[in-house]
Amino acid sequence: MVLASQLSNERLTWMYAQMLRIREFEERVKRTFVEHPGVIRGHAHLGDGAEASIVGSLATRNEADPVMPSYRCHGYPLVLGTPARALMAEIYQRRDGICKGFGGSMHLADPAHHFPTASGIIGQGIAHAAGVAYAAQVKKSGQVVYSFFGDGSSKQGAFHETLNLAAVWKLPVVFVLENNMYQAYTHYKLEDANAVAGDPLSQKAKAYSIPGQTVDGTDVLAVFDVVAGAADRARSGEGPSLIESRFYRLSPHGNAITVPPVPTQFQEHESIEVYGNKAEFEAAKKNDPILKFRAHLISHGMLTDLDAKKVEDRVRTEMDEVVKFALASPMPAPEEATKYVWA
Amino acid sequence: MPREMMFAEAIAVAITEEMQRDPNVVFYGQNMAMTERDPFVRKFGKERVRITPISETAELGIAVGAAMSGLRPIVELYMAEFMLVAFDEVINEAPRLRYMSGGQVKVPCVFKAGFGFAAGWAGQHSNCTYHAMMGIPGLKIALPSTSADAMGLMRSAIRDDNPVVYLHHYMLTIDKSPVPDGEHIVPFGVADIKRPGTDVTIVATAWMVKKSLAAAEMLAKEGISAEVVDPRTLSPLDVNTIVESVKKTGRLVLVDQAPRHASAAVVIAGEVAEQGFKYLRAPVKMVTALDTSVPYSETLERYVLPSEEKIVDAAKFVVAMQAAAV
Repeated sequence: MVLASQLSNERLTWMYAQMLRIREFEERVKRTFVEHPGVIRGHAHLGDGAEASIVGSLATRNEADPVMPSYRCHGYPLVLGTPARALMAEIYQRRDGICKGFGGSMHLADPAHHFPTASGIIGQGIAHAAGVAYAAQVKKSGQVVYSFFGDGSSKQGAFHETLNLAAVWKLPVVFVLENNMYQAYTHYKLEDANAVAGDPLSQKAKAYSIPGQTVDGTDVLAVFDVVAGAADRARSGEGPSLIESRFYRLSPHGNAITVPPVPTQFQEHESIEVYGNKAEFEAAKKNDPILKFRAHLISHGMLTDLDAKKVEDRVRTEMDEVVKFALASPMPAPEEATKYVWA
Repeated sequence: MPREMMFAEAIAVAITEEMQRDPNVVFYGQNMAMTERDPFVRKFGKERVRITPISETAELGIAVGAAMSGLRPIVELYMAEFMLVAFDEVINEAPRLRYMSGGQVKVPCVFKAGFGFAAGWAGQHSNCTYHAMMGIPGLKIALPSTSADAMGLMRSAIRDDNPVVYLHHYMLTIDKSPVPDGEHIVPFGVADIKRPGTDVTIVATAWMVKKSLAAAEMLAKEGISAEVVDPRTLSPLDVNTIVESVKKTGRLVLVDQAPRHASAAVVIAGEVAEQGFKYLRAPVKMVTALDTSVPYSETLERYVLPSEEKIVDAAKFVVAMQAAAV
């Protein structure tokens, strides 16, 4: 098993670039609501704040390991190699979208890059991930499935049923509970029994007699080591683990829910909008996982400030072009709508 | 030579033979495969045949994930109502993921359950839930009424690249009927004329086919020739065969064990109203369960559900109306 401390500078730089790509992508999704109203319909959920957790986890994958995120799913395929332009075009409801305009922000999918699907219904994707792991087990493919879901999902029946069964069957899956502090608009300490008791959410693993660990999800290298351990365990046939990755969602749950033609955009974070707790939000912003990792890389001589700036310029240029591409992509032909109902 | 086979056995034979044919077919559910003596475990081993806890959401969700990854899972749910516990997977996951992904994935799986158990199981274990599923694009529904159809539809269900709800009627479980030799397959979306006739078309599925055939026998004694049509799958629905039959008979009785407004009959009535109106010589008559839950007591249950007598009355009603009109 490779430890984070053994990662090459090249690999670390790649990880930094992926974190930045997620952030810059999400920033552009958010800006689209202001700069191009109406281009994004429905509800979009951003992963800013989750970058260290996503990249630290996915950096431990073997090439063919499947990834099953929740509906907050923009970041994962960016890391897996899905062209960012196909993701943005999907979110912009365009023909060149990765799902040809049939899915949208909540239902991205790119099986060619080991991202089978995402479910828009809280918690259901956890069961799907176990199913993908069951197939891997039956076929003896050696794959480990990475299942990502929020703290809210961990109160769903699908979570508990699936963890129990995955433990009984020793399925090769790593369950990453992304505790981003808010279940939609509700602070997790208002709705989680472990939290109310002052325990970490990884405590839930005890009910299923599997390893449970809580990790600082803003520390990409800490995430890497914990997830690598769980993936190793899963790959060796010992079954699933539950990891609570704690970070702070830096955007609100989603764009404001409005009825057309009333425009929608992202408002203030619910910590401010609902709870009036600006201090909490400011503290989270100071603890930005990307800034922390950048400072770490530079202070340890793994990346120069100049090289970091080059990465940043490259990523920003990429994402500016992604927006241009997606805006220019045509809408799907209306009669396409009856395709893909049946296999 | 066709063999006489019990309905339940025909299903088990189809599953067994498909598992022999395709190593990607897996089979799991509650209270099955509990010991090494289980016939499926003996034949196919514990990787492909598994016991699950009482966790329908996990069972169906795992089937969806496994199906996307190349397996063809059959989930044994026993009672159709248990699917309701995990209805999100049945309605909002399995049939939608292909569409939402723009055709990138397929979800070939079979959700197998008994239904309609009119034997004193009362309100929560006797229902006909197919109406809630039959309008869901991407989801197929099979309802066999004979051993041959039970076998042939199960084969098609397993080979289909879409999610299939396979509902076998509990009251037919030990009925014996002939099954053709060889690899008997019944294609989806092809209705079967179970009894030809000229005066009235009776459309029915599952147990109601048996009741309709008995009613047709009674009608024949009174000189009325009833044609009994079994759609066999509600999705896809073979509207054409039904309309063609109505074209011949001019009268339609729809028999359905579900409550009137939660029946497949209402959907078929709508299709015939649009596509076959000019052939109708009498109004469409629906013989369904009353709009109640299924009661426990036998006298109450019999009052609520369709019966041979109710079917006969309905057929005579539409035939008489035509005679009066002429």
